[in-house]
Amino acid sequence: MIEFSVWQILGNLLLAARWTVALSLLAFVGGGLVGLSLLVTRLRGWPGAATAVSAYVHVFQGTPLLIQLFLAYFGLGLFGIDVSPWVAAGGALTLYASAYLAEIWRGCVQAVPRGQWEAADSLALNFGEKLRHVIAPQALRIAVAPTVGFLVQVIKGTALASIIGFVELTKTGTMITNATFRPFTVYACVALMYFALCWPVSAFSRRLERSMRRDH
Amino acid sequence: MVQLDFAAVLADWPLLLRGAALTLALTAVAAVLGVGAGIACARARTHGPPAVRALAAGYVELVRNTPFIVQLFFIYFGLPSLGLRLSSETASIIAMTLNLGAYAAEIVRAGIDATPPGQLEAARSLAMTERQVFLRVVLPPSLGRVWPAMVSQVVIVMLGSAVCGQIAAQELSYSASLIMSRNFRSFEANFVAAGLYLAMAVLLRQALAWAGPRWLFGRIAPTGR
Repeated sequence: MIEFSVWQILGNLLLAARWTVALSLLAFVGGGLVGLSLLVTRLRGWPGAATAVSAYVHVFQGTPLLIQLFLAYFGLGLFGIDVSPWVAAGGALTLYASAYLAEIWRGCVQAVPRGQWEAADSLALNFGEKLRHVIAPQALRIAVAPTVGFLVQVIKGTALASIIGFVELTKTGTMITNATFRPFTVYACVALMYFALCWPVSAFSRRLERSMRRDH
Repeated sequence: MVQLDFAAVLADWPLLLRGAALTLALTAVAAVLGVGAGIACARARTHGPPAVRALAAGYVELVRNTPFIVQLFFIYFGLPSLGLRLSSETASIIAMTLNLGAYAAEIVRAGIDATPPGQLEAARSLAMTERQVFLRVVLPPSLGRVWPAMVSQVVIVMLGSAVCGQIAAQELSYSASLIMSRNFRSFEANFVAAGLYLAMAVLLRQALAWAGPRWLFGRIAPTGR
């Protein structure tokens, strides 16, 4: 047993929180890019595209993130790839985030009135121009608040990466617990750290939502 | 060349079935308790005295801004140091209930906020007590309005319960871990578990969508004859 003061526990957790933040940003940005391409694929109207994208979304929203992480970890291993926790956790969380973001953004695009698409058609804009100049600017305004809200979901999701050996906030908490035998204090501190990360993001998302409603 | 062997995993089907049954049982208990806690908390936040409102808001924010796994570890590993020793199943149910309760509170509150003021005035003009107004006039249509969101949240909690295997609750993901420790078919075991979770999510969603209007917020039975 090792003696740790509460300050030492907090200090160590603070250092570990860097990796939670880094993994969250990786998954959020990666998920955003993949999600955007899924959305565009869907909007293109290719035959079968909408069905395929919606099946993808259903699978990721209908299975536990933990199992997705395991599948990424063991699945890549099957191909003889040396799986670092970064690759497995980053990959699984990216796909997970992409499914949710594609669905959130689809709702935002649907909220743009049909007439806008028709007006863009009547101006002979091609698909890219329609999206860029007509649909995206309007959908983006609606999308900001729920997208920021989903970031909280991603930050909390990274806690599961601890189970496949990614050393972030939760894993560090477990390691400190094993050394100090003080689970109550340590997990309370871990929870506080997550709260400090997530709460400002939640509050910001709520403020965006309120100001959006005021504008309308 | 990758060789997959699903037969080795499926041979352990009784284990998988038992795991799935416990997952569903944990979810059922947590869903009933969690939705109840959510309704109570939503009422506290909309009708309670200021101190109770603040308390309820604190609970909701604390739970919604921390990961489920940390809540679970805190309850299972942390509380025994206060002398509260819990079995892994009890700890799982408590964590799932507290988690669902916080989200359900926000969902129900949104439904309550959307109650047309005229309905409240009509109910009060019939000399109903505040309690009757809430239980008979405000709550049922509010639940009806937000039921799809509630169903999604219960499904999310069911999927989240996969983490409970980490504290040795013998639910579905635990069965998968057990199988992979026996035959090292890690990918296949998790793939099968994922398929089962997907099927359970679809079934649960349909069951709740069916049950809600019938038992929770359908037409209230007329009391007169």
